[in-house]
This record gives sequence, structure tokens and C-alpha cells, in this order.
Amino acid sequence: MSLENLELFEVFIRSARGLDHKHVGSLHAVAHEHALEYARDCYTRRSEGVSIWVVKSSDICCSQEDDADSFFDPSDDKPYRHATYYPLPKEVDNM
Amino acid sequence: MSEKDTKKETLDEDICHYATRLGDDAIVLGHRISEWVSRGPFLEEDIALGNVSLDYIGRARMYYTYAAELSGDGKTEDDFAYLRGERDFQNHLINELPRGDFAYTIARQLLVDAFNTYYLAVLTTSNDKTLAAIAEKGVKETKYHLRRSRDWTLRLGDGTQESHKRIQAAIDDIWGFTHELFEHDELERRLIDLGIGVDASLFKDQWLSDVTAVLEQANLVVPTQEWAVRGGRDGYHTENLGHILTEMQFIHRTYPGCQW
Repeated sequence: MSLENLELFEVFIRSARGLDHKHVGSLHAVAHEHALEYARDCYTRRSEGVSIWVVKSSDICCSQEDDADSFFDPSDDKPYRHATYYPLPKEVDNM
Repeated sequence: MSEKDTKKETLDEDICHYATRLGDDAIVLGHRISEWVSRGPFLEEDIALGNVSLDYIGRARMYYTYAAELSGDGKTEDDFAYLRGERDFQNHLINELPRGDFAYTIARQLLVDAFNTYYLAVLTTSNDKTLAAIAEKGVKETKYHLRRSRDWTLRLGDGTQESHKRIQAAIDDIWGFTHELFEHDELERRLIDLGIGVDASLFKDQWLSDVTAVLEQANLVVPTQEWAVRGGRDGYHTENLGHILTEMQFIHRTYPGCQW
């Protein structure tokens, strides 16, 4: 079987209860269920997880490198969005 | 020696023999599947097959270690795996059949995984606590193995003309080796009567209906030929076992006691 018949999936694993699923990598598989099995085989061999998500890579809509300027720069000149921008009353001391 | 001691000794001998057989089944099939490593159809499947192989080899180690312990003459698992000849191995023949193509490997796995699902479930209730504990671990592994082999059988059977042709040919080829899985000899009869061994004949119908359901869903035909090959439990093998042992044992035999 060649890779042409397979789809690319992104794998997310939750390493412990209460934590978020984290992206750990990607793999090829025929379908979702199939990808879940391979994710188990490829990414949880050393008991890394309690839960797995797989998502077709093509289903992920992502920001582009070219958009970085318009997406992220505008927030650079808005320091008041950070709590550290505001002087704290003496009484508060540390925050 | 009292009569009671002699009785216990005979029983230990029986269980040792039985555990060795179960170890033989596991190591031979585990070795077969390991032949896929680096030759899998694609990377993910290669890793998955490697995992399944390791499950079997791990199971073989537990059975052999237990057998070694019962034999009581300072043997280890290695003596059982590496220092016995072809006629000493008493695995079911289905396990030693060649790796074949991918469809062949999957077809064998489907039949064996479905068998193990029942076999190990019964073994967890064995009066022998060690065998029951080994089976407990095997049950979980087998649930996953069967999920894989069922999935692939559906995919290959219901896939392209070529994949359908290949897996049907494999099922037809292997079918005659399934019959001996459900039979037992004197030794196993004694252990079955004591609630230690597994009487596989009791779940043959369930096995057949499970396998039939998967095959039919995959548009495959359940073979009706009646030929059957037997002899594994008596140490009579196909020509394949010798080749496996040659490869599996040569390092240990060339460098006895070698460690790494």
C-alpha cells in the first residue's frame, strides 16, 4: 500500500486527567478510527497518555506566515492589555 | 516420598508442559510477526505490527519463566526458547505458517485473535493463579489485536479486487489449520478436569460465528473444505518451524550465555 491512499492526521494526547490535549505529531492512516489505533501504537508506547484525539490535517484551518504582520503586530503597541501596564497601589505590593 | 508429594510433582510436570506449549504458541507467532519489522506496508503499520509481536513475545516470556520455575532444575526462559529442537516445540501449526503477504498475515491474525479472545478469557478463571494472571494481561492485548485484524480484514476483503483476492486466498489456505486449535490430548484433558487448562472445544461454535460474521461483512466466503492439518501438540511440524528456529536460536547457540 502506498502513502497516496492514506490521509494525514494530527495527533493530540492528554497525558493525565485534568491536563489539556497536546499536539504530539502526525501520522498516515486510512480513516479516523484507523488513525486512532496508529496513534496508540506510535505515540503511547511508553504510557504517555490517557486520551487521544486525531484530526485530519486537512480539516485544520491555520494562519499563514504571510498574515503574521496583520494578525499579530497590532497587539504589540497595546501594552495596556497587559496587567503589568498598570501601576499597583502600594498596599497590593506583589501581584 | 509420600503419595501426596508424588501427586504434586506429577501435577507440576503437567502444568510445566502446558505452560511450555502456550509459550511455544506465543513465541512462534511473535517471531513470525516480528519478521514484518522494517518491511511493513508503511511506517505506522510497521510500528503497529512490531507492537503486536512484542505482546506475543512478552507473553511467551511469562509462560516460559513459569515453566522454568516449575521444572525446578535451574532452567530459565532462555532454555525453553533457545535450546529446544523442532520436535520439542508443541505449538499449534497455524502459528508457524509463513509470514506471507500482508493479507495472509492479517487473515491468520483474525483467526488466532478471535480464538485467543475466548481462550484467554477462560484461562483467567484457571485454578492455577499464575496462568490466570498471564491470561489477564493477554486478554487486554488481544482485545486490541482483534480490533486491528477485524478492521484490516474488512478493509482488504471489501477493498480492491486484488486485496479481496489475496485475503480470500489466505483464509482458504489457513482454514485447515484452525481445527487443531479446538482439540486436546490426554495431558490437556487432565488439566481441564482440574479446572486448570482450557477446553477450547466448548467455544468453537462461538468462534466460528464470530469469524463468519467478520468474513461475511468483508464480502469473503467462509471456507467449506474439510481438510485439516494436525500435529503441533505432538511436535510434528510443517517445514516452516525449522527455519524459524534456525533464525531465532542461532545467536544463542553460537554464543551460549551471551548477554547484551
